[in-house]
Amino acid sequence: MAKKLVIPIGPQHPALKEPASFDVTLQGEKVENILVKLGYNHRGIEKACENKPYLHDLYLIERVCGICSHSHATCFLQAVEEIAGLNVPMRAKYIRSIIGEMERIHSHLLWLGVAAHEIGFDTLLMYTWRDREIIMDLLALLTGNRVNYAVNILGGVRKDISEEEKGQILKAMDVLEERTKYYAHVATEEITIKKRLSKVGYLSPEDAVKMGAVGPTGRASKITRDIRAEDKYAAYGEVDFKVISDDNCDVFGRAVVRIGELMESYSIIRQLIKKLPVTPLKVPAPLRIPAGEAISRYEAPRGEDIHYVRANGTDKPERVKLRAPTLANVQSVSTMLQKGYLADVTIVIAAIDPCFSCTDRMIVAVNGKDEMTWKQLRQHSIDWYKKNRGVDFTKVKLGIK
Amino acid sequence: MIKAVQKLITWSRLKSPWIIHFNTGACNACDIEIVAALTPTYDLERFGVQLKGTPRHADVLLCSGPVTRQIKDRLVRIYEQLPEPKFVVAVGTCACSGGVFEGCYNMLSGIDEAIPVNAYIPGCPASPDAIIDGITKLLKSFEESEAKKLTKAGG
Repeated sequence: MAKKLVIPIGPQHPALKEPASFDVTLQGEKVENILVKLGYNHRGIEKACENKPYLHDLYLIERVCGICSHSHATCFLQAVEEIAGLNVPMRAKYIRSIIGEMERIHSHLLWLGVAAHEIGFDTLLMYTWRDREIIMDLLALLTGNRVNYAVNILGGVRKDISEEEKGQILKAMDVLEERTKYYAHVATEEITIKKRLSKVGYLSPEDAVKMGAVGPTGRASKITRDIRAEDKYAAYGEVDFKVISDDNCDVFGRAVVRIGELMESYSIIRQLIKKLPVTPLKVPAPLRIPAGEAISRYEAPRGEDIHYVRANGTDKPERVKLRAPTLANVQSVSTMLQKGYLADVTIVIAAIDPCFSCTDRMIVAVNGKDEMTWKQLRQHSIDWYKKNRGVDFTKVKLGIK
Repeated sequence: MIKAVQKLITWSRLKSPWIIHFNTGACNACDIEIVAALTPTYDLERFGVQLKGTPRHADVLLCSGPVTRQIKDRLVRIYEQLPEPKFVVAVGTCACSGGVFEGCYNMLSGIDEAIPVNAYIPGCPASPDAIIDGITKLLKSFEESEAKKLTKAGG
């Protein structure tokens, strides 16, 4: 019997673009157990939201995650608008959906490149990121910024889509659809990719439900659930689209689902542009939101995003709670890697499209003993690293002035 | 050291500044813009810039995000692992000054509270054009300071 070995991955690791830490227990070359440790990216956004007016919160919430910034902002606003009883005009809803779908396209293209990079297929990374610039340019044209668009305001959107811009969007969709067909061909029919991704990171439908997998990760395991179809927020009630799912249940299936969703997104944007109604862009919103609470759901590129807002009649929220899709998906990583190989760890982690800046929230369990103050928590972390990793962070000092 | 050898070393440093990217609590926006700067449309590689996996191979540390308390000690360790001469670039408004996260309980306000910084690139997020501009300016200032040193040594 080979000796058991624990390999720490992260917080800084070539395969991870974000700080997160994984302890991989190995039996020979096979993974026996994987322990996920989060919290490196915890910024305290929920608390900061309570100290700022709603309008400022919007900018803060948008920076929960740079990749799905529009998702978080829209999700938060839907909750606030529900409490305030605002009727968002239809055109604003359409524009929100259009930007949301564009965000999905850029996020899925980004994922395709990153996943290709993890399996050593850098050519595909360069190809997809080249084409991703088309959608980034379009977003810059429509909103003024490439990444954090800030197109939403309380009660509507701040910028209209003109006739010329409509033409440009449709033209870009044609180009992207053509390119995506090529990627679909490369990623789903190319024999090397197929062999590399098939049967890697298997997550059975039962386990997917048990672990609470959402979004493309769940849909690749036959869980045909999509908030866009279930809840029909924004303008999704007025367009036809399929909920893409796959029965491969592995990393290959997750790639198939994401490429299928890209094609759906192009069709959704085309339909929305065609139907774009003529209404005002926004309704006047009050500064003080009446007391009440609301939960809002949104299908972010990575899965279901949930925001909870409680208002108390002032211009600041009393409580904001958000749960990003990665927190739901990251639990399933250890199940996916059961009896897998060490070489598969990075691609399996990348396959859930993790976004740890979305995920890092803090929860304090209040049942007597488990309650910790910030200082105790910090001390606990230092002690833990000293004991388990042999690193004494209190001794790390800078040799500079 | 012989002047010609010194010149050669400076030349090779200028022509192949290898970078390492470390997310110190950013929202991912600056991070995807850094990768976008490295991919074909913006192509930072034409300046010899390559992304490396370990700090021991890198000359330039690209940091994005205001430093969270949890990541600060790790950032210092990574900084110490960089070989001399090392450069730190703060990418994005958060990394420069704390940005929207100013005042959050788990945050420092900017990279320069943890380690010394050579170049600041503002923007939320810093666009690839700005990142390229920042890196080339950093290289230029390094070139000038090395040239000054050489003339001083030469008398």
